[in-house]
Amino acid sequence: MSRANPYLPNSVQEIKERMMERLGIRSIDELYSDIPEELRFKGELRIPGPHSEEEVRRVVTALLERNWRFRCPPFLGGGVYPHYVPAVVDEIVRRAEFLTSYTPYQPEVSQGMLQAIFEYQSLICELVGLDVACASLYDWSSALGEAARMANRLNHRSTILVPHLMSPRRLTVLKTYTEPVGMKVRGVDYDRETGLLDLDDLLVKVDGRVAAVYLENPSYLGFVEEEAEAVGEIAHESGALFIVGVDPISLGLLKAPGDYGADIVIGEGQPLGNHMNYGGPLLGIFACRDDPQMIRQIPGRLIGMTETLDGSRRGYVMALQAREQHIRREKATSNICSNEALCALAGAVYLSLLGPTGLRELCEVLVSRARYAMRRICELPGVRAPIFSSFHFKEFTVSLLDKPVYEVHKRLLERGIHGGKPLVGEFPELGEVALYCVTERHTKEDIDLLVSALGEALEG
Amino acid sequence: MRMRRFRQADWDEPLIFELGWEGRAGFSVPAVEPEVRDEVGEVEELIPINILREEPPRLPEVSEVEVLRHYIHLSQMNYGVNSSGIYPLGSCTMKYNPVINEVLASNPALTEIHPDQDEATIQGILELLYRLKIWLQELTGMEDGSLEPAAGAQGEFLGNLIMRAYHADRGELERRREVIIPDSAHGTNPASAAMAGFKVVEVPSGEDGCVDLEALKSVVGEGTAGLMLTNPNTLGIFESRISEIAEIVHRAGGLMYYDGANLNALMGRCRPGDMGFDIVHLNLHKTFSTPHGGGGPGSGPVLVKAFLSDYLPVPVVVYRDGLYRLSYDRPKTVGKVHGYYGNISPILKAYAYILSMGGEGLREASEIAVLNSNYLAQRLKDVRGLSLPYAPGVPRKHEFVLSASKMAEETGVRALHIAKRLLDYGIHAPTIYFPLIVPEALMIEPTETEPLEALDRLVEAFEEISSLAYSKPEEVQSSPRNTTVGRLDDVKASHPRTMCLSYRMLRKTR
Repeated sequence: MSRANPYLPNSVQEIKERMMERLGIRSIDELYSDIPEELRFKGELRIPGPHSEEEVRRVVTALLERNWRFRCPPFLGGGVYPHYVPAVVDEIVRRAEFLTSYTPYQPEVSQGMLQAIFEYQSLICELVGLDVACASLYDWSSALGEAARMANRLNHRSTILVPHLMSPRRLTVLKTYTEPVGMKVRGVDYDRETGLLDLDDLLVKVDGRVAAVYLENPSYLGFVEEEAEAVGEIAHESGALFIVGVDPISLGLLKAPGDYGADIVIGEGQPLGNHMNYGGPLLGIFACRDDPQMIRQIPGRLIGMTETLDGSRRGYVMALQAREQHIRREKATSNICSNEALCALAGAVYLSLLGPTGLRELCEVLVSRARYAMRRICELPGVRAPIFSSFHFKEFTVSLLDKPVYEVHKRLLERGIHGGKPLVGEFPELGEVALYCVTERHTKEDIDLLVSALGEALEG
Repeated sequence: MRMRRFRQADWDEPLIFELGWEGRAGFSVPAVEPEVRDEVGEVEELIPINILREEPPRLPEVSEVEVLRHYIHLSQMNYGVNSSGIYPLGSCTMKYNPVINEVLASNPALTEIHPDQDEATIQGILELLYRLKIWLQELTGMEDGSLEPAAGAQGEFLGNLIMRAYHADRGELERRREVIIPDSAHGTNPASAAMAGFKVVEVPSGEDGCVDLEALKSVVGEGTAGLMLTNPNTLGIFESRISEIAEIVHRAGGLMYYDGANLNALMGRCRPGDMGFDIVHLNLHKTFSTPHGGGGPGSGPVLVKAFLSDYLPVPVVVYRDGLYRLSYDRPKTVGKVHGYYGNISPILKAYAYILSMGGEGLREASEIAVLNSNYLAQRLKDVRGLSLPYAPGVPRKHEFVLSASKMAEETGVRALHIAKRLLDYGIHAPTIYFPLIVPEALMIEPTETEPLEALDRLVEAFEEISSLAYSKPEEVQSSPRNTTVGRLDDVKASHPRTMCLSYRMLRKTR
C-alpha cells in the first residue's frame, strides 16, 4: 500500500474506493475520460520528489544559505529598503486567520481583514494628506502605471511628464503600462547644481496634451524636491494632474503631498514593516483626493465602513465594486484582482506601532545617519557625496573621481560589505556614481566600517 | 452525524484610531548616537522649511500590547483555510497552505536580500528561480517563461502584451485588434485584454457548456489577435474540442492564451502546451499552495512557446560560466510589469511545495481534487431545489457549478441566501453568481486537501438548508447569525453621500 500524502487526506485507498463507488466508477481515469486520447499526458513529469518535510527543509535551506551574509545590511535603497521589521508585525502577518484567507468576498466572516485594510487605507491617508487610498496595488511601479492611465481616463490627455532622474525601473514599467493606451512619456530636465526638477524646462514642456506631471519625493537619488508645491501649481495651471511618488517613511518629516497639491499619491509600502524578500512581494500605495470623478476611476479594491442592515452596528465591506473586473469586466478601471493585502496589513501594524512620534524619530535617525555617512565619505580622497547640493533624506549619491565604481564595489564585497548600487548603467552622464542608502539598521559603527572599507578599496 | 455548532469570535473591536493615549508608543526607535548628533546637528535645522511637515500625521498612539491584541482580535474575526475549515470558493483553489513553506520563507537568507544585490551574492535565490521556471515549463508543456507577474491578472496583462508585441513584430498589430473570450470566462480576462489595448469579443457557450465552435468560427478572422480560455472552463467542464479551437485560431493567425486559474484539475494528466496554447499564466497562490494572504500577495508566472521568448520581460535568469545571472539582453522585450523580479516569497513557497509533492504527488493532488469535486457534484445535484446545469453525465473537473434557480422560484431562497446560511455552519460559501451563464450560480471547488468528512458535512449543510428553505424560508433568508456580524449594508458603503473610505472621511462627517 502506498504511503498517505500528508496534504491529501483522501489519498487513503479505502476512502478513494468508497468515493468512486458512490460515483459508480472503478478508476479515477474515468473522470478524465472526456479528455481526448491524444491530449492525455502519458509520460513522467521530470520534477523531483516526493520529499519528506525534513528533506525539503534541508534542500531549500541549503540553497538559500548560498546567498551571502554581510557584516551589516546592504547600503541599498532605490525602492526597496533594509528597514527593521518589528517582531509584532511578523507575529500578526503569520496568523493563519489572515495569512490563509481569500479576498473578503463574504464580509460577515471576514470582518477582521476588512477592518484591518480599512485601517491601512486610513493610515495611508493620514500620511499622504488625502482622503482616499485603495487597499493596495502590486508595487510602486505598477501604481505609477495605473496613476498615469487614471489621469488619461480623467482628462483624456496623453502625455505624462516625468523627472529625468526618476527610477529607470519604474520608468520601464510606466512605459509598459501606458503604451497600449497610446500615452507618451517625456522626461523633464534637472538643475545641475541641486538635482531638483528644472521648473523652466517643465514650463516649456507642459501643455494642453499633458495628462499629468509626476514627481518623486524624495527623488530616486535621495534628495528632497523642496519646490514640489511649485511643480504642482505648474501642472494644475495647464489642467494636468499632479502625481507624487513617495517613500512613506519620509512623511514623518516631510510635508504631506496632499498639502502641496498632489491629486494622486503613489509609493512603495515595503518599508512599512515588510521584509525585502529580493524585491517581492511589495506594496503599491495609491491614494487620491475625495473627488467623485477620481473615486470612480481609482484602480483596485476599496474597503468602506458601513452598518449592518438592521443598523445595529458598524461593519466593513468592499465598496464601489462596480469599478472592478469581476463586475465590470472589460470596462473595469484596472484588471487587478489579487493585490498585496497581507503587506498592507503589515503596513497597518507597523504604522500603529510607530505612531506619529516614532515615525518622526525614525526620520531623524535616517537623516542624521545618512548625513553622517556623507560627511565621513567625503573625507576620503577622490570621493564626493552627494553630487547634488539639496537636502537628502536617507539615500545619497557617492561619486568617485578617479576609480571605476564597479572596481570599488567588488572590493567592498571582498570585505563583506555590500555598498550602494552603481548607477553607471542607469545614468552614465553622472560619471562613476553609486546610490547609497542608510537606514536605522546601519549603526554608526556600520557606517564607520563602510567608510574604512571604502578607504581601503580606493587605495588598493 | 450531528452538525457541529459554530460561533465566530466577536470582539466589537474599535478602530485602532479609537485606542490609545497621547504619548504612548508601540515601538522603540534606535536613538541617534551622540557622536552622530554632534557631527550633523539638529535635523530641523537641516531641512528646508517649505517641505518640513508642520503637523505630525494623525497616527494612533498605542502601546505594543494594545496593537498586538487589536490585530489578534481582528484575526479571530477572519475565516482562513488553515485555521477555520473548508473554503470551497470556485476558481480560487483554496487548498491547505503547508506550514513548512512559511517557515522556509521566513529564512533571513531570503527575507534580508535586497533586489539590487550583486549577482555573485545571491546565487542561491537565482538558482531557485531558474529551476522553478523549468519545473513549471515541464508541468505545462511550455518552453520558456517569466516569474515576474505579481498575480494572475498581471500575468494575463503580460500575456496580452506579448500578443501585442508578437503581432507588432509581424506588422499586423494595426489590424489584429480583437481578443476573443468566452462568456463564461473569469472577469480578469476581458479586463486584462482591454488593458493591453485590445477590443474584447465575447463568444457564447453552447448547450454543452463549452465554446460554441460555429460561433467561434464566425468571429475569428483577420482582426483576431488571440483567444483567452481556461480549460477546464469555469463550469468545471473540459473543453474537449480544444484542438479544433486552437486550429481555428491559429489558422487565422491568432495566438492561444491559457488562463491557469483552473490548472489544479490537470497536473500530470494533461498539459496546456499539448493542447495548442502559446501563452500560459499560472497562479502559484492557487495550484501551488501559497497562501492568499486575505487578497494577496499572489504570483502569476507566464510561460510561452519558444517562438515568443523574445518578447518576455527583462531580466531573465540565465546560467553562464558557472554563475546564475540576470540578463537584460532581449531587444524585443515588452518591458517590465513589476519593479523587480516578481513576488519571490510566494515563489519560494511554491518551490518547496513542488519539492514536497514531486511530479507524482502533483498528479495525485489533481486527481483527488477532481474526485472530491465529482463526489460533491454527484451528491449535491440531487438536493431539492438544486441542479447541475449543462452537460449531464459529463464528469466535472476540479470544480462544478450548481444552480439554485428552482429553489429561488419555489421558495424565494436564492444562491446568496444559501451562501450566507452556509457561513452559519462554519463553512465558507462557494463563489456565487458566477459564471454569468448560470442563473443563481453556486460555484464549488473543494480542492484535494479537504477530508471526506468535511465534504460530507458540506452536503449535510446543503440538505438542511434546502429543507429549511422549503419549510421556513425566512430563516434561511435572514442568515447569517453565527458570524461576527450579520448582513451588511452595501448600498450605504458605495453611495456617494454615505460612503466612508477612511478615518479622515469619517472625521469629516462627524
